[in-house]
Amino acid sequence: MFELLGIPPQAFFGQLLLGLINGAFYALLSLGLAVIFGLLNVINFTHGAQYMMGAFGAWMLLNWAGIPFWVSLVVVPIVVGATGVVLERVFLKHLYHLDHLYGLLLTFGLALIIEGLYRQQFGSSGQPFVNPIPGGTNLGFMFLPYYRGFIVVFSLVVCMATWYVIERTKLGSYLRAATERPDIVQAFGINVPRMITLTYGFGVGLAALAGVLAAPAYQVSPQMGSSLIIVVFAVVVIGGMGSILGSILTGFGLGIVEGLTKVFYPEASNIVIFVIMVIVLMIKPAGLFGKQK
Amino acid sequence: MTFRPSFVKTAVAGAIALLAGTASAQYSDGVIKIGVMNDMSGLYADIAGPGSVWAAKKAVEDFGAAAKGMKVEILAADHQNKPDIGSNIVRQWIDVDKVDAIADVPTSSVGLAVNQIVREKNKVHLNTGSATSDLTNKACSPNTVHWAYDTYMLSNGTGKALVKTGGDTWYFLTADYAFGHALERDTEAVVLANGGKVVGKVRHPFPGQDFSSFLLQAQSSKAKVIGLANAGGDTINSIKQAAEFGITKGGQNLAGLLVFITDVHSLGLATAQGLVLTESFYWDLNDGTRGWSKEFAAAHKGRMPSMVQAGVYASVIHYLKAVEALKSDADGLKVVDQMKKMPTDDKLFGKGSIRVDGRKIHDAYLFEVKKPAESKGPWDYYKLRATIPAAEAFRPLAQSECPLVKK
Repeated sequence: MFELLGIPPQAFFGQLLLGLINGAFYALLSLGLAVIFGLLNVINFTHGAQYMMGAFGAWMLLNWAGIPFWVSLVVVPIVVGATGVVLERVFLKHLYHLDHLYGLLLTFGLALIIEGLYRQQFGSSGQPFVNPIPGGTNLGFMFLPYYRGFIVVFSLVVCMATWYVIERTKLGSYLRAATERPDIVQAFGINVPRMITLTYGFGVGLAALAGVLAAPAYQVSPQMGSSLIIVVFAVVVIGGMGSILGSILTGFGLGIVEGLTKVFYPEASNIVIFVIMVIVLMIKPAGLFGKQK
Repeated sequence: MTFRPSFVKTAVAGAIALLAGTASAQYSDGVIKIGVMNDMSGLYADIAGPGSVWAAKKAVEDFGAAAKGMKVEILAADHQNKPDIGSNIVRQWIDVDKVDAIADVPTSSVGLAVNQIVREKNKVHLNTGSATSDLTNKACSPNTVHWAYDTYMLSNGTGKALVKTGGDTWYFLTADYAFGHALERDTEAVVLANGGKVVGKVRHPFPGQDFSSFLLQAQSSKAKVIGLANAGGDTINSIKQAAEFGITKGGQNLAGLLVFITDVHSLGLATAQGLVLTESFYWDLNDGTRGWSKEFAAAHKGRMPSMVQAGVYASVIHYLKAVEALKSDADGLKVVDQMKKMPTDDKLFGKGSIRVDGRKIHDAYLFEVKKPAESKGPWDYYKLRATIPAAEAFRPLAQSECPLVKK
């Protein structure tokens, strides 16, 4: 049997696919962060908590109201996105003219409060969630659970659609224009503050969507977001702050790198992304896809 | 105005405590202070967390400290599973707040750090949360009592049972820190001693989220048993994902080497059924455990206590008995010696004793997780497969590397 870099090809392709699955979550989450940072200039540290709210939203609908997962996939992001809109109207909008640090502190504090409330209510070890599409198929080199396959396809579609809307449509061009020169866009009769509010709601909705997707795959627990969010920030930094395509590509790419590290040197799998971040920042301080302003 | 009655109660309690304080002047600075330190907000918060603080307070109440003229104060802190944070808290507690005993301390890396500090400062370390058997072996200390469980007990129970029923080839999924290493080492010894073989191991970062990659490596090893040398959320995610990736259906068995009842609750019986595990406490063992656990549940939204929380209760009661007998809490060495001299007796662990190495000896239980159909309701999760007698449950003194054990 031939071997690739010291491991059997089955294992290699298996790990590649698993990396892609994890990358799907990184991509969805970093996309939301990139959209918010790109248009609002706010580093949204509440993102992890909003991802967790998405997972718990699906759990609550299923266990308290018997509403199936597929409905949650649509409803929960909208509801959590709406809480984001409220958040933006009440708190965030007062901070745009201040230093990034204020937005960071506010959102970080909110994240701690939200996580604390959920922990108080649901405990720290989490809640079970039934897999909506059990079973899987044998690909020859590995057993692929149907649900994991669905995650990859679904998040790819969502990422691409988001990229298309922002980069290729009229609405997207308004959004991009509003980030560059809000005063001029406003002068053309476009309601910039409302657009920004909705953008934040959309970014938060993306986080919640990733949360709903994660519920059947991972444990639904209050700290599920905080353990992921640091990696996701590294992904955004590597991709280039605010770059939509960059965050998608680096999300998937780093998922794969991390997956392979889990085979070659498992002990380093939780730091490999940060090592890459350091290297990228040294060579391209604006990130792989970022533009130097 | 709802706060009035409680305000009056507090004032009265304070006055009584002050009176009691003058009566018990022999205790260092008049108060016996017990600091409960654990993970209050992370992945071990359900296993220990605020529930352990409740258990310590309940122990003080059930012991009847106030009636005996002993003023006992319970402090609580969050060590966030980080040895440096835990060490700082303990130093401050002992040096500034004059704390006499440190209780709970889950997360082995923190437990080992605290072990050292408490010894230096000659206080008392009532450890119930850490798993590493090193606390009463290589790293044993005359100031430490290790209560509820340890990695030797876990591997000896679960490991032996699985090897004996045909699971003779093992692959380990190990949390990459002191606890995981100790659990892996102790289980490997048990597997080898019983004629089994270890075909491989992988160490995952702690805490982890996605274990599918490691599970796939375990799968391709073709080992009959995948030993999960991790805990809490890591174990939950490992078991959940093993089911998802068809590993258990493919004929490989999972050995949850440290599974708490709260983990089973989080997994749900549909996923956890059939899992074999070792614990030293279960709420539904006898009238004593049931009564206490119901009170615990009433204070914790219906959640049942873990063996760690039960251990906090029992160890604090025994500590107070020793302090009462000595009429002093000043010298940690003397208090622990007294604890070792007195037989233990409480409603959660029954009668037992503390060995010279600091190990608390009691029965351990091999449980199997019920099928959903067998469960009569929430928290009815375990059926007893075997009781491991106290004398066999823990590492025999003859094999001990603890310097306190004279051979």
